[in-house]
Amino acid sequence: MTDQFEPTIIGFTCNWCSYRASDLAGTARMKYAPNVKLIRLMCSGRLDPTFVLRALSSGADGVMITGCHPGECHYIEQNYKALRRFLLLRRVLNGLGIEPERVKLVWASAAEGARFAAETTAFVEEIRKLGPLNWGKADDGPQATDHDQPSFAHGKEMEVPA
Amino acid sequence: MTEKIGVYVCHCGSNIAGVVDVVDVANWAAEKLGHQGVVIARDYKFMCSSLGQELIEKDIKELGLTRVVVAACSPHLHEKTFRTAAKNAGLNPYLVELASIREQVSWVHTDKAVATAKSKAVVSGAVSRVIENRALDEIKVPINPNTLVVGGGIAGIQSALEIANAGFHVYLVEREPSIGGHMAQFDKTFPTLDCSACILTPRMVEAGTHPNITLLTWSEVVNVAGYVGNFNVTIKKKARFINEELCTGCGICQEKCPKKVIDDVYEAGLGYRKAVYTPFAQAVPNFPVMDKENCTYFEKGTCKACEKFCPTNAIDFNQQDELINIDVGNIVLATGYDLFDARRVSNYGYGRLPNVFTSLEFERLSNAAGPTSGNIVLRDGKTTPKSVGIIHCVGSRDRNFNNYCSVICCMQGLKFAHLVHERTGATVYNFYIDMRTAYKAYDEFYQRVLEEGTLFVRGKVAEVTDAARYSNERGKLIIQTEDTLAGKQRRIPVDMVILSSGLQPRKDAKEVGKLFGISCSMDGWFTEKHPKLDPVSTMTEGIYIVGCAQGPKDIPSSVAQGAAASARVLDKILQKEVALEPIKATVDQAKCSGCKICNGLCPFNAIAFIEDDKISYINPALCQGCGTCVAACPAGAISGTGFSNEQIIAQIDGLLLRNLEPAEA
Amino acid sequence: MNKYLLYPGCSMESSAKAYMESLNAIVEPLDLHFDEIEDWNCCGATEYLGINLIPAYSLIARNLALASKQKNGTRTVVAPCSACYLNLAKADHYMQERPSLGVKVNEALAAGDLQYKAGTLDVRHLIDILVYDVGLEKIRDAVVRPLTGLKVVPYMGCMLPRPDYQHRWSDHEHPTELDDLLRALGADVIDYPLTTSCCGGHMTQIGPETAFELIRRLVSDADGRGAQMMVTVCPMCQMNIDAYQNETNHFFGTEYHMPILFFTQLMGLAFGRDPKELGIGVELVSSRNALANIGVEVPVTQEPAAPRKKDEGLPMPRRWNKREAQKEAVK
Repeated sequence: MTDQFEPTIIGFTCNWCSYRASDLAGTARMKYAPNVKLIRLMCSGRLDPTFVLRALSSGADGVMITGCHPGECHYIEQNYKALRRFLLLRRVLNGLGIEPERVKLVWASAAEGARFAAETTAFVEEIRKLGPLNWGKADDGPQATDHDQPSFAHGKEMEVPA
Repeated sequence: MTEKIGVYVCHCGSNIAGVVDVVDVANWAAEKLGHQGVVIARDYKFMCSSLGQELIEKDIKELGLTRVVVAACSPHLHEKTFRTAAKNAGLNPYLVELASIREQVSWVHTDKAVATAKSKAVVSGAVSRVIENRALDEIKVPINPNTLVVGGGIAGIQSALEIANAGFHVYLVEREPSIGGHMAQFDKTFPTLDCSACILTPRMVEAGTHPNITLLTWSEVVNVAGYVGNFNVTIKKKARFINEELCTGCGICQEKCPKKVIDDVYEAGLGYRKAVYTPFAQAVPNFPVMDKENCTYFEKGTCKACEKFCPTNAIDFNQQDELINIDVGNIVLATGYDLFDARRVSNYGYGRLPNVFTSLEFERLSNAAGPTSGNIVLRDGKTTPKSVGIIHCVGSRDRNFNNYCSVICCMQGLKFAHLVHERTGATVYNFYIDMRTAYKAYDEFYQRVLEEGTLFVRGKVAEVTDAARYSNERGKLIIQTEDTLAGKQRRIPVDMVILSSGLQPRKDAKEVGKLFGISCSMDGWFTEKHPKLDPVSTMTEGIYIVGCAQGPKDIPSSVAQGAAASARVLDKILQKEVALEPIKATVDQAKCSGCKICNGLCPFNAIAFIEDDKISYINPALCQGCGTCVAACPAGAISGTGFSNEQIIAQIDGLLLRNLEPAEA
Repeated sequence: MNKYLLYPGCSMESSAKAYMESLNAIVEPLDLHFDEIEDWNCCGATEYLGINLIPAYSLIARNLALASKQKNGTRTVVAPCSACYLNLAKADHYMQERPSLGVKVNEALAAGDLQYKAGTLDVRHLIDILVYDVGLEKIRDAVVRPLTGLKVVPYMGCMLPRPDYQHRWSDHEHPTELDDLLRALGADVIDYPLTTSCCGGHMTQIGPETAFELIRRLVSDADGRGAQMMVTVCPMCQMNIDAYQNETNHFFGTEYHMPILFFTQLMGLAFGRDPKELGIGVELVSSRNALANIGVEVPVTQEPAAPRKKDEGLPMPRRWNKREAQKEAVK
């Protein structure tokens, strides 16, 4: 294990396109960053913005939302609704003092395993640069031990004296 | 009530166990998630095997498990398997949750410690989520026994006939005036060189006269609603301007029509037809259509020669487009392919150099019923070529155009070589990158063409030009190519060049896919459910894809797929009803404030506002379960079964390991 | 009025002076306005990019930076020279595609208080704006002396259509812009399959045999098709076909006489300008006979008088007499 900060990221995927893209990345044995843990939804339109807030306040450093490309939604147009919510959510995050870049929206069709893998890795790097999000980490909720989440030591960079 | 949860971690041989310490994951789950209700955690070599399933069934019965988590492959592969196992043991199938640690973990990560840690988190998420799962009942709906087949090429015809012969009704819709598709344009078919018309037309007649087939040519599907078993389809029957009841197909109207038009569909632009026409003599149905764009009467208001001479008064200039509405249970898409437009490879000069032909043009040129009665001649219509170059892979296996192999072009090029050789005695050169002659009796055909004396040059052709450098090149087309076997550049002068063009998805494939709710691959072909094990089904239940609509293929494969899809359709019809996933949204009337926010969000019009009660209502028959309204309801009045807020929030907490016992913190 | 920033490039002032003169002659009838980029420098031609990328790109980008500073109500930079056009377009494209390159180039530009944000200018070739901005209709309208009866082959050259970063051309292997334009002038345009073949470029300096063969192909094909002249859009092509045709003929023992003019020169003629004003007559392979077909008289350029030689020959050494020869043999 290196000392670098390993972000924890929750990924919300659409059942029809991006979860299948991640299946495809698996079948093709593409390697990508392991930091994103997926939750399968039927559609990116199912994503309640509060899920994102919940994840960020419960220890996630970033949230990746994936859906079908515009015009390719399995439910005709619900990904557009996801897009609208995403844009609003970023404004809300800004208001809360959280970098809006911690939430990312990625379109990936069922055929785009490579894209899914590349976007995942890229997002992990973006979050790594932003550093850990300590929102909610100070509350009295149960915390993971280092044993369970190795190398999740927070804020190495922040300890460096300026 | 505390749940009794069983956790089963699959090795998948070494697929998972090679990267993830599965024993550690199972032990960890038993130890750390015990307070959540995990009473047993096991690992097993192959959970999906019958022994693995029995293990789960036995535990459900003996330990009284109320929830099951299987950490194995993607739910898209085996969710159904494990749900069925649970059902067999008397547990509601929706109380089983899959945690994918193969596609999403072991196959994409290499570090064993990291992969094991991620697997634990994924299992933890599934355990937390499964507690919130609720028992659900599958929704059973009856299946309409009628079937719609879209596209009347050989794949569609085959599919329609199989179903019709089994005694069920089929609507066969074709965009062109006649069924037959591309196969009707060919002269010979490889590798046996049977006459294409001789083997196709009997099938066309059978489809045209079958009591169980309603043929709708010159028609297009314009709308599709509903779901498997209960599709409602609207078809536009374009005005033919011919009364089909009265028309006898005598052909006098075509004879008398004064307007000649280049036929760029059936004759591939190499021949003419009239403004009122049947595309070819054996067309099914044999009624002509009037091409409104080119008809003199529609253009200038006078002519009506066809009307004057029609012996049965079948010409009807007032006919209108007609919308037909049908109910079907299953849909087979056999919409075929477009030929790659060779003008895009401008270095081959098609469209500029007269004696460069496309494969489809050559099919017409060599067809006994074609514009030259099967005489292979140059564009001047009379000169027989003395040397012919056939270029393979035009537009295929080329990163500038299409990356994929169009499958048929090698065999097609060999067939052309044989026909040219046989009918003209010309010297024939085939320029190929790799010779692909897989399948029964194909390579034997290649050997035959080799023995006939066709010359083969292995290399990608750089250019076809009429710029002569040497005296023997004057007046010829020069093929500039690399000969990779001899390791040098060659310039080969020929009289005629045939481009073995590749196949492409239909121009409107994307729109058609959208219409039927299925997706296209990056290349634009319709995506099958599984590339190997389910090549004719799609992600949308009740919609099947056959023939070249799914990807480039030859006639035998198209026929096989057509028949395969029919078996799937018949299987569905004979089951009489279909079980739908019970993933639906419902409104809690007590919580609904009547704000109507959800009303505008549903693309399926499943949400209605009931004025009397001032609340919204979701019609379960129309709801497709996307969950957008659930996410939008400010009152939290809408819940989505299978993907409830409680389930998702529990899974978030589980993945972030906030579900561990406080003592562990 | 169509307003543009003009990047003339070095050759327009020297070998392709005729191109510049004829360009100036068509500006007014087509209602074009060019502002020359102030203090522009050489684009590095075809060589510099082969030697050291960062200085080469910086050299090119300096012109773009100057142009973006100047921007007189336009963001379009027009280059009449194909090599200049390609270099400017290339720099713009790669600075955009590879941000790290953009950063390095801008670091270099900063030394001169300049900077350039890739993608903010449109780099276009002269013929592109004539065909697509001015339009063939307007060109046709300006024709007062149609070139009817003049058989020409349009020669686009290899640098213009490829690589076509911005999809500006009808086709990158066989573009038809020049064909269409010449047709609009009334000329008999012959389909020329070698329209994008290479003229040899600077191979005339490095490996003349190679260049001669390329020139021979071009000239012999044009000749074989009955062309009276070639028409080009590129100073390099014009120079090679014109200046090296004689040597090519020597090399192969051929006797081709294929004049090559710039398309702007023919435009000028069609617009009724005087040949002299268009730089016609300074070409080495004279277009006199070709243009006679359409009744244009090409002025005779005064050949510089050669230094007169005496008709005496050079002195010969004196032959030995017998004694001298014997004396030498004894030594």
